[in-house]
Amino acid sequence: MSGFFTAIVEAVTAALGIVDPLCGPVGIFTLFAGDTLLACGDTGWGDEIALGFLVTGSLALATLPVGLLFGFFIALAKQSEERSLRLSANIYTTLFRGLPELLTLFIVYYGLQILVQNAATAIGYQGTVEINAFFAGMIALGVVFSAYCSEVLLSAFKAIPRGQYEAGHALGLHRGRTMQRIILPQLVRIALPGLGNLWMALLKDTALVSVIGLPDILRQTGVAARVTKQAFEFYAIACLLFLILAFLSSLIFSSIERWAKRSEAAR
Amino acid sequence: MSHVSTSLIPPQEPPPAPPRPFTAGRFFGNVFMGVWLALTIGIFLMLVEGWDPEKFTRYGPNYLSGLGVTLTLVGLSVVLGAVLSLPLAFARMSKNPVFSWFSYGYVYFFRGTPLLTQLFLIYYGLGSFSAELKAWGLWWFFRDAWNCALLTFTLNTAAYQAEILRGAIESVPRGQHEGAAALGLPKKIAFFKVILPQALIVALRPYGNEIILMIKGSAIVAIITVFDLMGETRRAFSRTFDYQAYLWAALLYLIIVELLRNVWAWLEARLTRHLKR
Repeated sequence: MSGFFTAIVEAVTAALGIVDPLCGPVGIFTLFAGDTLLACGDTGWGDEIALGFLVTGSLALATLPVGLLFGFFIALAKQSEERSLRLSANIYTTLFRGLPELLTLFIVYYGLQILVQNAATAIGYQGTVEINAFFAGMIALGVVFSAYCSEVLLSAFKAIPRGQYEAGHALGLHRGRTMQRIILPQLVRIALPGLGNLWMALLKDTALVSVIGLPDILRQTGVAARVTKQAFEFYAIACLLFLILAFLSSLIFSSIERWAKRSEAAR
Repeated sequence: MSHVSTSLIPPQEPPPAPPRPFTAGRFFGNVFMGVWLALTIGIFLMLVEGWDPEKFTRYGPNYLSGLGVTLTLVGLSVVLGAVLSLPLAFARMSKNPVFSWFSYGYVYFFRGTPLLTQLFLIYYGLGSFSAELKAWGLWWFFRDAWNCALLTFTLNTAAYQAEILRGAIESVPRGQHEGAAALGLPKKIAFFKVILPQALIVALRPYGNEIILMIKGSAIVAIITVFDLMGETRRAFSRTFDYQAYLWAALLYLIIVELLRNVWAWLEARLTRHLKR
């Protein structure tokens, strides 16, 4: 099984190596920065920064489904008839929308470390446990994202008239089916702009994970800046890479929005 | 007519309400409430157990001064950013493409990149030009991390506030402009007496969100060695290795944000009371 996974990882890495937009055979750094500080390989920082780019992108992409799923269930809980469910969902959002993201990250990172360490000691494991920074970052960002996401989805839910549920009921659809076939398609359409904003915020929040040592864009450029003493150039490159990510996601989001609205009547 | 009963049946109690079904929602609600309760009690016990008067007298005042630094930083940058956002918003709305594109680029840059990157760009990035800055006599400003944080936050919030202001001004319907023109009001008076008051009501809620975002975002100045609330927390944690340090900071941040949110809700209700139907 592990051999299978390694093979998959290797295949993905190889595929990414070819289409790598920064350091691949037709990458920006390879083509335009061959003999500068940004060269790929041992002479420059291009490959390190390309790795950071990949880490930032994959962290944000890995956080997105977790956050969306949790956010959806929290939004459902918030409009439940059950008071205790509503209250607990509201506590969650109040908590994680009120805390600074950096503090949430530290609390998750050190708190998880302490929890896991205590649990490990309890079952007799002697030794120090290290929490993976990627995992901690994913949890902290996912928690924050889900709190905001639940608000966006809740307001989208409220924009869907009751008649839609009743129509599903009248057609004899099951509750889950009504949700899947009638409510969700409309929900996506209404919530997309808000979710797009949240995705941008998530992308920017990934920069915080550099503080707990994950080699993302900011950390890699920071290391390069410290070594080469050309801080301004390297941090400007970090800004540029984030801008590229933001630009790409705005393109993707507008095409998703067009796709979601494909069957909407022209007004 | 003897079989007509003359006495009425006395009023009866309503039938008892059917028992509330124990649904999945109720089950999960109880479980989650239990989790929150357990967490609250756990954290409370942790705080009580780890209560150390010596640590409190040692780090308590630091936390308060850190809170002061956070609030000063955010307050100053929000006010300065508001001032800077005015020309930006007008440049964005101007018909001159140079102004409008400059403003668009500015806003796109500051909204598209993380605050932390901007902070590093200004603090470390401009720090590498110390010789030039010294020659221009600006080094005293950029040498200090606090000044750099203030500059970054001001520039950043100016971009966001410019967008808020522009959106609010453009949300005022055209008829209001036309009405003011029909009354013979000069453009300037029409703007200040007719357009702006309506726009600011629209902008009120986004402004509140922006201030809250700034308070939360300001925690990152701890990374460039400014001792705000987060910085003091990290210092206390690095000296004591006591997890409580973060919990106290979380509590303080939550109190500020909730306070601000409630004040803002009250302010909004108060300022829009003439719009209530």
